[in-house]
Amino acid sequence: MKFSDQLEQRFAAMVTHYPTKRSVLVPMLLYIQDELGALNDEAIHEIAERTELSELEVRNVISYYSMLRTHPIGKYNLQVCTNVSCLLRGGEEILEHCQKKLGVGNKQTTADGLFHMEEVECIGACSWAPALMLNYEFHENLTPQKIDELIDGIRKKEHQ
Amino acid sequence: MADVTLIVDGKKLTVPAGTLLIEACKSTGIEVPSFCYYPGLSLQGACRMCLVEVEKMPKLQTACTTPVAEGMVVTTESDKIKQARKSMLELLLANHPLDCPVCDAGGECELQDMTFKYGAAESKFMDMKNHRDEQQWSPVVYFDRPRCILCYRCIRVCGEGMDVWALGIQNRGSSAIIAPNKQDHLECEECGMCIDICPVGALTSGAYRYKTRPWEMKHTGTVCTHCADGCKTTLGARRADTGMQIVRGDNRDKSGINGDFLCVKGRYAFDFAHSDCRLKQPLVKRDGKLVPTTWEQAFELIASRFKQVLTTDGPAAIGIIGSNHTSNEENYLLQKFARLALGTNNIDHHRTADFPAFASALAGKAEATASMRDVHNAAAILLIGNNPTEQHPLLAWQIRTNVRLHHSKLYVVNSYPIKLRRQAASFAQIAPGSEGGFAQFIAGSDAAADSIVSPKLSREALAALRDALKQETSLVIIFGSELRGNDVKALVDFGLARSAKFICLGDYSNSRGAADMGLYPDMLPGYGPVASATTFHTDWLDEIPATSGMNLLQMMDAAKEGKLKALYVVGSNPIARYNIDPFALSKSFVIVQDMFLTETAKIADVVLPVANAYEKAGTVTSTCGDVQILKKAGDFAGVRTDFECIVRIAATMGYDVRKLVPFGGEGTRADMGQSRGAQSGEADRHAVWLSEHNLEPKMSPFDPSAMLDEIQRLVPAYDISRLSLLSGQDVHTQLVQITGATGLGHPELVLPANDTLFTSGTLGRFSATLNTVMERYSSPVEPEMVAGYDPAARQGP
Amino acid sequence: MAYLVSHPDEVKVVSRRFGLGAANLDRYLELDGYKAVQKAITMGPDAIITEMKASKLRGRGGAGFPTGMKRSFVPKQSPKPKYVLCNGDESEPGTCKDRLIFEHDPHSVIEGVMIASLAVGAKTGFIYIRGEYRYLVEIMERSVADAYARGFIGKNIFGSGIDLDIFVHSGAGAYEVGEESALMESLEGKRGVPRIRPPFPAVVGLWGGPTVINNAETLASVPHIILNGGEWFANLGTPRNGGTRLFCMSGELERPGVYELPMGYNLKKMIYDVSGGMIKGKSLKGVVPGGSSVQILTPDEIDVGMDFDQVLKAGSMLGSGGVVVIDDQMCIVRFALRVARFYQHESCGWCIPCREGTDWMKKTLVRFHSGGGVAKDIDNLKYLAENMLGRTFCPLGDAAAMPIISYIQKFRKEFEDHLDGKPCPYEKVHEAALV
Repeated sequence: MKFSDQLEQRFAAMVTHYPTKRSVLVPMLLYIQDELGALNDEAIHEIAERTELSELEVRNVISYYSMLRTHPIGKYNLQVCTNVSCLLRGGEEILEHCQKKLGVGNKQTTADGLFHMEEVECIGACSWAPALMLNYEFHENLTPQKIDELIDGIRKKEHQ
Repeated sequence: MADVTLIVDGKKLTVPAGTLLIEACKSTGIEVPSFCYYPGLSLQGACRMCLVEVEKMPKLQTACTTPVAEGMVVTTESDKIKQARKSMLELLLANHPLDCPVCDAGGECELQDMTFKYGAAESKFMDMKNHRDEQQWSPVVYFDRPRCILCYRCIRVCGEGMDVWALGIQNRGSSAIIAPNKQDHLECEECGMCIDICPVGALTSGAYRYKTRPWEMKHTGTVCTHCADGCKTTLGARRADTGMQIVRGDNRDKSGINGDFLCVKGRYAFDFAHSDCRLKQPLVKRDGKLVPTTWEQAFELIASRFKQVLTTDGPAAIGIIGSNHTSNEENYLLQKFARLALGTNNIDHHRTADFPAFASALAGKAEATASMRDVHNAAAILLIGNNPTEQHPLLAWQIRTNVRLHHSKLYVVNSYPIKLRRQAASFAQIAPGSEGGFAQFIAGSDAAADSIVSPKLSREALAALRDALKQETSLVIIFGSELRGNDVKALVDFGLARSAKFICLGDYSNSRGAADMGLYPDMLPGYGPVASATTFHTDWLDEIPATSGMNLLQMMDAAKEGKLKALYVVGSNPIARYNIDPFALSKSFVIVQDMFLTETAKIADVVLPVANAYEKAGTVTSTCGDVQILKKAGDFAGVRTDFECIVRIAATMGYDVRKLVPFGGEGTRADMGQSRGAQSGEADRHAVWLSEHNLEPKMSPFDPSAMLDEIQRLVPAYDISRLSLLSGQDVHTQLVQITGATGLGHPELVLPANDTLFTSGTLGRFSATLNTVMERYSSPVEPEMVAGYDPAARQGP
Repeated sequence: MAYLVSHPDEVKVVSRRFGLGAANLDRYLELDGYKAVQKAITMGPDAIITEMKASKLRGRGGAGFPTGMKRSFVPKQSPKPKYVLCNGDESEPGTCKDRLIFEHDPHSVIEGVMIASLAVGAKTGFIYIRGEYRYLVEIMERSVADAYARGFIGKNIFGSGIDLDIFVHSGAGAYEVGEESALMESLEGKRGVPRIRPPFPAVVGLWGGPTVINNAETLASVPHIILNGGEWFANLGTPRNGGTRLFCMSGELERPGVYELPMGYNLKKMIYDVSGGMIKGKSLKGVVPGGSSVQILTPDEIDVGMDFDQVLKAGSMLGSGGVVVIDDQMCIVRFALRVARFYQHESCGWCIPCREGTDWMKKTLVRFHSGGGVAKDIDNLKYLAENMLGRTFCPLGDAAAMPIISYIQKFRKEFEDHLDGKPCPYEKVHEAALV
């Protein structure tokens, strides 16, 4: 796998920030994933070589962090928080609503590959619960209506 | 470091500062339980079994990560601690499958033992256990996640211990799982250390799993018969149609030089012993075909042909080739038989190192050879040539361990980047074939530099290396068979001037023993020339032929010319090894003693099926000179020991066997027999009983102990503690030449075995397990994998 | 987007610049930005630490360790480089305060890191932000770049001859990484498994060098302490609990939000006055005063001053400042299950009691909440939690055990109401709870 110019620049800069090469690993994995959608074998091979680690060691790290994945998911990742503050304000109902709306279960991708849906732990939106993250975007004080608008809006945009 | 005084369970003890509490407790006989703590490996603090109470500390502390402190008051058993440990076991058992009745580890499982001790008998857990299907990671490694307690011992021994780093940990929480380096399988050295170190049955051996229960085996601690390092291996054997079949090899009792180390061969390659190819009865050639015969007829035939040749062609027409695998007693007996009963010095063996040149160079200097134990502690090590990771796995382990735990300074000099360079403080990649030149160079020959420098090694770096080596005052110098003759002399002279100790690396389990016991045409045991007067000349009751005999290659030439009328091959396969045209031996009467119908056995006139090192008693000498006792572990119906065969041939020839084997004491004449068959091995069992009681059984001419008596009496440096030997210890013997003669040794005759981790000469070809794991494994060039799992970062203070 | 709230009782220190556009460097400078660090340079390390000690500032991450003291543990001379590490891995359920700091006042964190570096002689600072906060990583990266561009960080800062680098580092999803030694592991590119302690980070930290690790809020408080004096800060709070704190009010409140209140402010007032009380139709069942890791307080236990010592005395902990208010319509077993699921998901798996204990608790509670509970489950859960307590490798095990014990102790009746195959008296079992 060849890094994009952006990744190449980021890697080149980051690697100078730390005394060991492997220190760039966690953020770099996330940035690579953002571009590729998932950390595939080639990406793992590439980063392992650059950080002078075994692929096994890279996989050990990947599997530890819940945001990192080795298989691709839908284009829009809907991460619904159901942790305590959200739970108290209907987070689980929001989750259920999303699942119904999209017709998929937890950690599943819609057939058209557009949406992926998962329940997540606290995302730090407790005072504005219930909340979800759409890729990296926070959506707070959710109601079923807001969810519908959000999903329908994306569908509309994507199908144009 | 200064000492620290503390109180443990009311006992006052003083230990060096920095000692871990768990080790301090152990030193006073208090066992603090643990799963994850393993001496020599990095600290984990993960299993929480070693929790103890430390005065003034509110929480229980892990004894495995807590260093002792002055005035510390520690309690290791109390109700609070018992409850903590009990609950830890309850937690572990929640997801543990409790399939102990079929688990390989059942009966020798640390989790079972701990549960028994702390009584977590009742299960409060009522929910579904996490399950994952078992995985096969390699022909010899299976993994059952449900049984795994995540102590990380396997990961550490593979990485820190073996420097392979093939195991990792993936996922987190209760999904955490040990993972192999190639996602669904392992590519590694297949040493099985991970299996051995597993406290439960999570990692099991493909060779052993579901074969038997531990308590159904007879366990015998003996010496591995593959490479020349002399690892102790505990062989588990159980009854089978053919006798006692060995089903497992390990070294959990850590009784040998190797501690808990064993490589793939020591752990799995015992299975040649029950190969289907094993010969079960003597064979003679009739009408060009080898057909079964009886032992009596075979011995009669051999004896009569020997006598006939002696009468018509004289002793010079007989040649003998000995073995690198047979015991010291057998080797000694063989050359004595050759020299006395046959009257010839035509005896040789497959030489894998220039031991004679080494002995000659040492010139009788005492304390100049290093034992395998010394390698574990040496402050500095110089390794020239060889690739111990492949050819001397224990040596490689000792070096790695020393570097890791004691920060030994390792200098590696090699023509290619061997894996041990990863532990090296200095790696010099010299030009191919310039090992000898390197020895000359460090000994002072500047002219040699031209041949040594390479694209990877500048002249300046070479000179700097020499300067650094000159400063080393307690060096252990290890060299492979690349160094011979005068180069060995140059290296030894360089080292002796700096009180260095040496190890000369030969191949096969008793190559050093074969050399020490005089399987040479020009040297007696102890490297004394056949011509000069030695204790052997005065001690032996027959005359020793005064002229040197033919070496192996000369014998083959003589055979080709029809001058070698009889060739007696004991445990060797020269046809394959020296690539000799079988036709060359067509004019000779060939006798072969072997386990298998080897290339050499195929052309023999008589083949005697013999026992291997796991099926007999005796001693062997490692390449370092560490002598150890062989104990009989397995048994194979129909075979006899080489020792017995030699004695029987001599006896059948009418030679007084008492002259060969000084057996029997005052009035003792009991022949213990060596009856084989269903109740075979009685004599050996008797011998084991006697040795257990420190009595020496030497009541029969088939008793190697009697031969050992003579070896100890006559062979220089073998006058070692019999008691230590019998109690299973390794006893180091120096390489002392019987006289100071020089110019001995034939460098051109040295032919290294060039075995890899997965081969073991002819023997290895008959190991089914070895053949299945023999994947194209090459040492991974991933040096930073060491940094990939930095034990220091996890190390306590 | 996270909106801001305010209340007359608030004492704005850390939140002083919230909503004022201080993410813009010029605006930040107008609002006294980078004055503190210049003052700190003239003060020198010893005076900074003295001021920090005087401020009675205690770590805002949750443990409440006195910040000044933590810094004084760093050896003056060290053969290895020293580091300052800002812990912005905010993940404690109920906590959303660092997010606002990074968003509204990013330079205050940079300035805090700078002053901490000056105090201990570190040349490099890292700001670790949880991976989910990508927009904040971007804000911080931009802010750091702006500060570099003005020469505030980099070589010879403010003409002092001191070089100081600061880098922003993103996480990738792991609660455990909020534990300081796991945070270091993560920054070093490893799995976020905590380290054996001692040695503590102040002595052996990042790459073996002495390291100061502080929560983002802690660091953001530092410039204000330097500018206004430690005593001023200390006097804002209660004895041994200096200053103010960002309290994240969540749950079915009329005015949930993040409020900056003096340490020791009354919890009851926080709920009923500052946050406007429970929303109509709901009443108070209990309060988790410091993030999901702490013990629950019942309505009659909440007349307590919110500082580390008083809350501890009341039987819980001040923790991360996440005040989660539980209303009467929430089933405590369901709440417990959600908490248990969280810790089961986030346990790093390193040590037995946490890995197995959290898994066991979750499984039992899933079954229990869905009506499969038996009487001894309740005691078993308590037994389990009690046997995890104080015996795990890091505090995560305690964090999982303590709340469960408190729910059973204080709401045993609600657990018993689930027995004998009865459905949850509050609502249907949530399917998601079964995954």
